[in-house]
Amino acid sequence: MKIESTADLENIRQEYSNKLYYPDGTKVLFGMASCGIAAGAKAAFEKAQQDFPQGNGIQISQTGCLGFCEAEPLIEIVQTGKPRVIYQNITEEKIVEVIHSYLENDFKKTKWILGQVRDPRNLMEDQVKNPIGEIDPIEKIPFLEDTPFYHNQVKIALRNCGYIDPDCIEEYIARGGYFSFFRALFDHKPGEIIQIIKDSGLRGRGGGGFSTGVKWATCARHHGERYIICNADEGDPGAYMDRSILEGDPHSVLEGMLIAAVAIGSSHGFMYVRNEYPLAVKRLVTAIKQAEKFGLIGDNIAGTDFSFKIKISTGAGAFVCGESTALMASLEGKVGRPRAKYVHTVEKGFRNNPSNLNNVETYANVPAIISKGADWYAGMGTEGSKGTKVFSLVGKIKNTGLVEVAMGTTLRNIIYDIGGGVLKKKKFKAVQTGGPSGGCIPEQFLDLGVDFDELTKIGSIMGSGGMIVMDQDTCMVDVARYFLDFLKEESCGQCNPCREGIKRMLQILTRICEGHGKEGDVELLEELGDMVAKASLCGLGTSAPNPVITTINYFRDEYYAHIRDKKCSAGVCKNLFHYDIDEEACTGCRLCALKCPQEAITGEKKEPHKLDQDKCIKCSICYEACKFNAVVIK
Amino acid sequence: MNEVSPSKTTQEKEVAIDYLELNKIIEEEFGNDKENLIMILQAIQRRYNYLPQATLKYLAEKINVPYSQIYGVGTFYATFSLEPKGRNIISICLGTACHVRGGERVRERIEDTLNLNGKKTTDDMRFTLEGVRCIGCCSLGPVMKVNEDVHGRIGADEVKKVLEKYE
Repeated sequence: MKIESTADLENIRQEYSNKLYYPDGTKVLFGMASCGIAAGAKAAFEKAQQDFPQGNGIQISQTGCLGFCEAEPLIEIVQTGKPRVIYQNITEEKIVEVIHSYLENDFKKTKWILGQVRDPRNLMEDQVKNPIGEIDPIEKIPFLEDTPFYHNQVKIALRNCGYIDPDCIEEYIARGGYFSFFRALFDHKPGEIIQIIKDSGLRGRGGGGFSTGVKWATCARHHGERYIICNADEGDPGAYMDRSILEGDPHSVLEGMLIAAVAIGSSHGFMYVRNEYPLAVKRLVTAIKQAEKFGLIGDNIAGTDFSFKIKISTGAGAFVCGESTALMASLEGKVGRPRAKYVHTVEKGFRNNPSNLNNVETYANVPAIISKGADWYAGMGTEGSKGTKVFSLVGKIKNTGLVEVAMGTTLRNIIYDIGGGVLKKKKFKAVQTGGPSGGCIPEQFLDLGVDFDELTKIGSIMGSGGMIVMDQDTCMVDVARYFLDFLKEESCGQCNPCREGIKRMLQILTRICEGHGKEGDVELLEELGDMVAKASLCGLGTSAPNPVITTINYFRDEYYAHIRDKKCSAGVCKNLFHYDIDEEACTGCRLCALKCPQEAITGEKKEPHKLDQDKCIKCSICYEACKFNAVVIK
Repeated sequence: MNEVSPSKTTQEKEVAIDYLELNKIIEEEFGNDKENLIMILQAIQRRYNYLPQATLKYLAEKINVPYSQIYGVGTFYATFSLEPKGRNIISICLGTACHVRGGERVRERIEDTLNLNGKKTTDDMRFTLEGVRCIGCCSLGPVMKVNEDVHGRIGADEVKKVLEKYE
């Protein structure tokens, strides 16, 4: 069946909106993105399929990631006329009991329940009635929207993740999908679409932060076969929002690309997806096939003369391919080396033709902006950064997950209110933003409102939105060494300042971490960092010193402790600390002695233990295992 | 990027190439298109578990790209291996979130347990250890993947038990 008009879309929307919100029987939705599957969702899903075979009134269904990865596997149970309940940490062992408890209206096991949903609709469903608006809520169960993790979130890019089956285009349409594309195609001139995106203030979500509207306008001005490219090479370690969008709501990205193609005048789209994301590729392939079947991708879409095709290419494990010119070289089947951008890719990019490249999250925002208008989007955020941003809150944080908040939300709000603070009540040390090109932000800046410009001012960057929380057990010198080691591996090697500069800086950092640091090393790092930042060819090199420079700026004493006192108080740099047992705190429970792979810990039950320093390999197993903080770093 | 050893291993000499099948991959799946080079190499690696030199030479002729360029691509990207890999691939996540949660210590335990001494593959070809930069399962950090199985929240003390499951 081909969709030819908005009326066709509307028919599908109504039919599937009913199916989504008023299912026959009971619907059990499993969060089946990579993170959920890794946590055990697939096993639970299969167990449910086995125990509740089709036809007995229970539909077993999949969806994307709801964002609260810490509590995965997450499942939601939906029944017409009854509250929608989200259950947490539901493994294979619990699933059957959970489903039965819902069917029997037994909500006593509150530990299993994350919350009940107040309103499942997304921001593009104003015309739809809240399906549970008139249903009496369950007593003593919090609303999901009121829980600390979700309370401050505004879901635009993640509007459908966790609510629809990513392999079902009809469910995407049910939630307002592809209407914006048809509006762009039928109701707007290309220039008008570009103006809306410009006015919305949308800036590139991949890290660059360049105005999306200006980019589209520049690309549209250049002649030749124009290309629409989606950068799904999410390389920043610790950032996985693009994976979540591709796995949970692939059509939102396709629709964003289609709108860009109408605006810029292009008939060919390319997606460059990271090789490490096989599930994202699989869901994209399905999504493209379905869109082709409906005539939303292909020749003469909806009877117009607009045609658009999308090809998926996969990367092969090169961080530098997230850089636009390197990505385009890689798309051509070549080695992914960046080139100087005297001529921008919007003029001469892929195959030497005008190419518009945006990130996954950027495209996912576009349909919402076309639907709700530029003013609506620009009404959120700060002066220079509009709308929302998805952050991946990871590391030593209690509530790990993906959070989408308005730009300008403070770090404290994100880390403490949404994230629940530092894991195991340890002391906060820093939050690292922007991946290997970013910096480490210390406690003194926690009240900073996060946006593109504020983060740059303090030496870090927004990047793609990774936020890695670090606590007292994280060594900042080691973190700097870690990032430079990463960048040394990932430098493409063609320009001297990056290739050699990073290597020398890494040598110095390794020396410091191993206990051979010298007076003057910190100053030498600063000097080299300045050179690498100024003289490198592409963004990888110019931003490479950021992790080093910010840690020096904010944690200079820790560098000096490594160099002068030969001490690593975080207990990471092995030559600069040792473990010992605090005899007063030790209860003699034997846990550490049993776990020690070297048999270095001895002692009788209920007597303080002893640690043989000669045998100890500082593997940290005892430190992690001790429940009484009796294993100490010295 | 990748370290490449010039010496050919014995395994490489023994591997038999099915040229008809290779031809089919290049022609039917990827339309003889040189822009698909990276994906063709991935298909070859999926089939042989590494990139045998003979396949690359054939590919060069077939899609009309100099062998030197194919070799360049094969060594530039981290996922490609010009040497045979073990039966089980261990990918230890070295992303930042896993790093701060002790991923490095897990890697050290794996190296110790398998007696790798700086090598990537065990002598009996049972395991190859690779580092990957973030598989996007940060909430489960530290994470290690063995073949397609993701093992999350893994402690250094659990390494041995996990590895015993793979023959």
